[in-house]
Amino acid sequence: MTEASAPAIALKGVTKRFPGVVANDAITLEFHPGEVHALLGENGAGKSTLIGLLAGMQQPDAGSIELFGTPARIASPRDALDRGIGTVFQHVLLVPSLTVIENLMLGGRWWRPLGREAALRRFDELSKMLGVQIDPDAPVGRLELGQQQQVEIIRALWRDAKVLILDEPTSMLTPQGVEDLGRVMRRLAQSGVAVIFITHKLREAYAFGDRISVLRLGKLVGQLPPERLRIMSEAAVTNEVIRLMFGQLRGHSEEAETLVGRGRHGPTRAVDRSGPPRLELVEVSTHADAGECALKGLTLSLWPGEVLGVAGVDGNGQKHLAEVLAGQRPVASGRILIDGEDVTHEGVPERRERGLSYVTDERLGEGTVGVMSVATNLVLKEVGRPPLWRNGVTLWDRIHERAREQVARHDIRTPSERTPVGRLSGGNIQKVLLARELGEAARIAVFNKPTYGLDLQNTSLARQRIRESAERGMATLVISTELDELLEVADRIGVMFQGRLVGVVENADEVEESVGRMMTGAAA
Amino acid sequence: MSPDGSLAAALRVALPILLAFAAGALVLLALGKNPLDYYTFVFRRGLFSWPGLQETITRSAPLLLIAAGLIVAFRAGIWNLGVDGQFLLAAVVCSAVAPWLIGLLPRWLALAASLAVAAGVGASWSLIPALLKARYGVNEIITTLMMSFLGISLANVLIKLVFRDPTTTVPQTPTLPVPYRLPRLFDTTIHFGVVIALVAILLVHFVMTRTAFGLKLRIVGANPRAAVHAGLPMSGLTFATFALSAALIGMGGAVEILGVHGTVRADWNPAYGLLVIPLVFLARFNGLGSILFVLFFAALQIGGESAARRLGVPHYYVLLLVSLVLLFLAIVEYLDHLTARRRTAV
Amino acid sequence: MEALFTATFLTALLYGVVTAGLPLLLAGLGEQISEKAGVLNIGIEGMMLAGAYAGFSAALATQSLWLGFIAGALAGIGVALLMALFCIRYGMNQIVIGIALTLGVEGLTALLHHFQFARTRPSLGRAPDFSLPWLSDIPVIGPALFTHNPLVYLGLALVPLLAWLFRRSAIGLNLQAAGDKPGALDASGVSVAMTRTGAVLSTGALAGLGGAYMSEVGAGLFVPYMTGGAGFIGIVLAMLARGRPLWVLYGALLFGVSLALTTALQVGGFNIPTDVVQMLPFLMVMLVLVIFARHSVLPPALGLPYVRGER
Repeated sequence: MTEASAPAIALKGVTKRFPGVVANDAITLEFHPGEVHALLGENGAGKSTLIGLLAGMQQPDAGSIELFGTPARIASPRDALDRGIGTVFQHVLLVPSLTVIENLMLGGRWWRPLGREAALRRFDELSKMLGVQIDPDAPVGRLELGQQQQVEIIRALWRDAKVLILDEPTSMLTPQGVEDLGRVMRRLAQSGVAVIFITHKLREAYAFGDRISVLRLGKLVGQLPPERLRIMSEAAVTNEVIRLMFGQLRGHSEEAETLVGRGRHGPTRAVDRSGPPRLELVEVSTHADAGECALKGLTLSLWPGEVLGVAGVDGNGQKHLAEVLAGQRPVASGRILIDGEDVTHEGVPERRERGLSYVTDERLGEGTVGVMSVATNLVLKEVGRPPLWRNGVTLWDRIHERAREQVARHDIRTPSERTPVGRLSGGNIQKVLLARELGEAARIAVFNKPTYGLDLQNTSLARQRIRESAERGMATLVISTELDELLEVADRIGVMFQGRLVGVVENADEVEESVGRMMTGAAA
Repeated sequence: MSPDGSLAAALRVALPILLAFAAGALVLLALGKNPLDYYTFVFRRGLFSWPGLQETITRSAPLLLIAAGLIVAFRAGIWNLGVDGQFLLAAVVCSAVAPWLIGLLPRWLALAASLAVAAGVGASWSLIPALLKARYGVNEIITTLMMSFLGISLANVLIKLVFRDPTTTVPQTPTLPVPYRLPRLFDTTIHFGVVIALVAILLVHFVMTRTAFGLKLRIVGANPRAAVHAGLPMSGLTFATFALSAALIGMGGAVEILGVHGTVRADWNPAYGLLVIPLVFLARFNGLGSILFVLFFAALQIGGESAARRLGVPHYYVLLLVSLVLLFLAIVEYLDHLTARRRTAV
Repeated sequence: MEALFTATFLTALLYGVVTAGLPLLLAGLGEQISEKAGVLNIGIEGMMLAGAYAGFSAALATQSLWLGFIAGALAGIGVALLMALFCIRYGMNQIVIGIALTLGVEGLTALLHHFQFARTRPSLGRAPDFSLPWLSDIPVIGPALFTHNPLVYLGLALVPLLAWLFRRSAIGLNLQAAGDKPGALDASGVSVAMTRTGAVLSTGALAGLGGAYMSEVGAGLFVPYMTGGAGFIGIVLAMLARGRPLWVLYGALLFGVSLALTTALQVGGFNIPTDVVQMLPFLMVMLVLVIFARHSVLPPALGLPYVRGER
């Protein structure tokens, strides 16, 4: 880890504005060859914008970028690649219908022949360097997410990248996958690449970073250089980062805990499981479309007043579980019982009658209608029912009146209840969803990735709502890929693997290890 | 809405029309015609002469019903491009049934029954696209277009082989005698179908904006996945949308027959379908706004048909004009969108 | 009945199948390129019609079929340019623009026809066929399949060429990425907009060529609305072929049969109203759609404009 003379990338006072926000505010930062530089910050801290600038997706409004000591304007993604900056984005950007090697050959100039032999040679070379093994002729859609990510890293390095940017690369990986990734980053740094590792998890930043920079609200708030980092303990780093982000005074606020990922373990309430469960799934299976993971004989029970966390790597059937519970997806076989009654073939409205609510992870994708008003979205699941409808005629005045009340009660920040919901921030859309789903009548709540993409404040707010709902006696199921989140809110944690629940354990100390093991398919 | 806002809204609508007229004028010039003469003639004939105005209002009856049908479909996110087939088949069956019903029932009942038959025929012609869409998600643009071509040919087959009036030389359906047709309003040539059409489009407007059913359709149209999430009965709504849309369009065919022609000749196809689409877009799927644009377009058509005889500019020109309106509407929307974004960005 | 199966009849029928099928083949292959890249090209009907008009006019003026074909392709490209400008550059609704362009071309060509040809009704002579050596000497099949305008052979050659391009070339990979996951294409440094524009322009060229063939070779004259939905059938062919050019060929031949039956049956002395026969191709489409409904697959990003940074 030698300090090279010129930094691979130097940002000088870089500013980027979007409508209503300054996403990057005069950021001055250097990235050095041979170093894993962890960029730490919560959602909305400006990390993604920074990557966008470096990858040529966007241009800064002010400030300059220097590459190896010379000022540069990164005009386009191609320009970034040509200049030796490779990027692995948070969401997989591979064509699922093409094979691995075809994906890697993508982007060649169209008038040139494909050169499969040369591509295979390069693929072998990079695979060896990274220490990974992937079949070059496998369709990408069939690979596991971890392998897809490795393909993306290979693509980013394809044209001799000197800089590799990894945007939240651990979010879809198993604990084992995260370790593998750490090894890959280390090898790359040793071969002289400047690795930029973006994360919102302090633990990972400490584990893999040679240097840690902390972003908050678009500003660079501090940095831990290698010489300091090397001699600090994890606890010391944690305290230092919290101090950088919140100042001394609020050292142990809830938000800080969320960031650190060491939120206290769920208050191990004494859940009374002597009575009958409120919700039961018995050997439930579903049909899968291409690219989906179906449920394969999943069984679980949920009692009133408890929070059951469902962990697992994304794409192991979580989506189907949530949709089957909500009544959005037909069951192929098996039974679903609420209060002992068979509800297997009931749809969304009937299950809502029984008090089941579902907070989806796709807030704009399916949870709301972006072009319709906040008020309409608040009543989206009761269209046509009294008292807001009379004989099928909409009573808009009543709907707007009730919306105003809910906007006030749930602190939804919106210009008006008639504003299209798509114009609100992610956190406020989530508040609309929570207001709609966690009403008086709710007795069973299903949350799918409840804090995905939210900033710290809204994250801790959402988790608070989950705990509250359990304390009110609701039976609560939380699906999340963030283990830390489940450790914080859940009473029991189950792990999904390939459409099954491989095990359910009490949320106690040292539970991480067994959960991590189950995420790879091993039994509890 | 502020006066500033309503001015902008008016401009958004007027600008594409004006630009289209200007661009159309260039085409006329290139063809050696005087655009001023043409436009003056068209509007004098279509709007500012009493017989012309009556014709315009009469013409707007089928157009309004088509517009009502398209609003239902487009609001629900369904591209019913099969208007011509639905319209023509309904017209043919209606014209065959009406003279027969007149012999059985009192006039009003017979006319109402004929309208209902036309609505049913229109709706049934949308059944296969609805089924394919609801069951397999097959793109309805293709299926409705194909059904439209099929329907137009089938209509002609029906006229020539099944419903042919044996007393005429040119193949056509039996003629409904004038006294049995839809009654005229007061002392005009405007028939009662205009009232039916107006009521229909106002009703559609009410349903779309003020009822649960309308809101459900709009949710399906705006975000089908949210509709599934909210537990709306998707295939039921898809069928309802297709049926309602095509039924209204079928009624459009019926009022044209029961009010104006009394019969359908072979190879008659006014091809209103694709022409009404731009009007509905101009009105942003708003029923009230559509009335205005339909009237405007009807005037253009009536004037244009006259101009074809008098000035030698074939009525195809109106087709070109409508296409230009649509293109300029798209451009104006795009520019509007750009400036709106710039404003929020500052 | 016996008259049906004479050699002359079979030859006429097969010859007609090829003549009627070629424009559909070209349109289907063209649409396939657009759809692969994620553009639902509803304007293809307008592109064909523009090609039909321009091809005929140019051939009439220059007395050269080939200049006519080139003019037809250029006219198709011209309409496609508008499509690309509005839908790809400005991200407008592909269906609305497609309808607008088709309407506009219908109106414009009908107007031009009215002023240029309506009175004199000019027509081109029968287009010369090119007989492939040896093959054309085979009885029945020879004159039916191997004695055609050279454009027919070019169109057929396109099938393997496109199949190769789609699977084995950089263009093919780029097209597929543009339709399946435009973000992936962007991330590997290729402009999604340029790829899609190229695709739409190719569609325009092929559709224009198909239209020109219809007016110059098929009919020998131009009449308003003469493409009569051939472009839309091309869309269906592309939809059902799921990216495989060979299937477009099969489909085009199938529709060619039903179109050729019109003339063949009349030659054979059957007196059926033309309307019945005109229904055949569309009836066929609906039948095929009903039977193979669940197999019609379109690219995930079809019809959606690509905006960088949006998923």
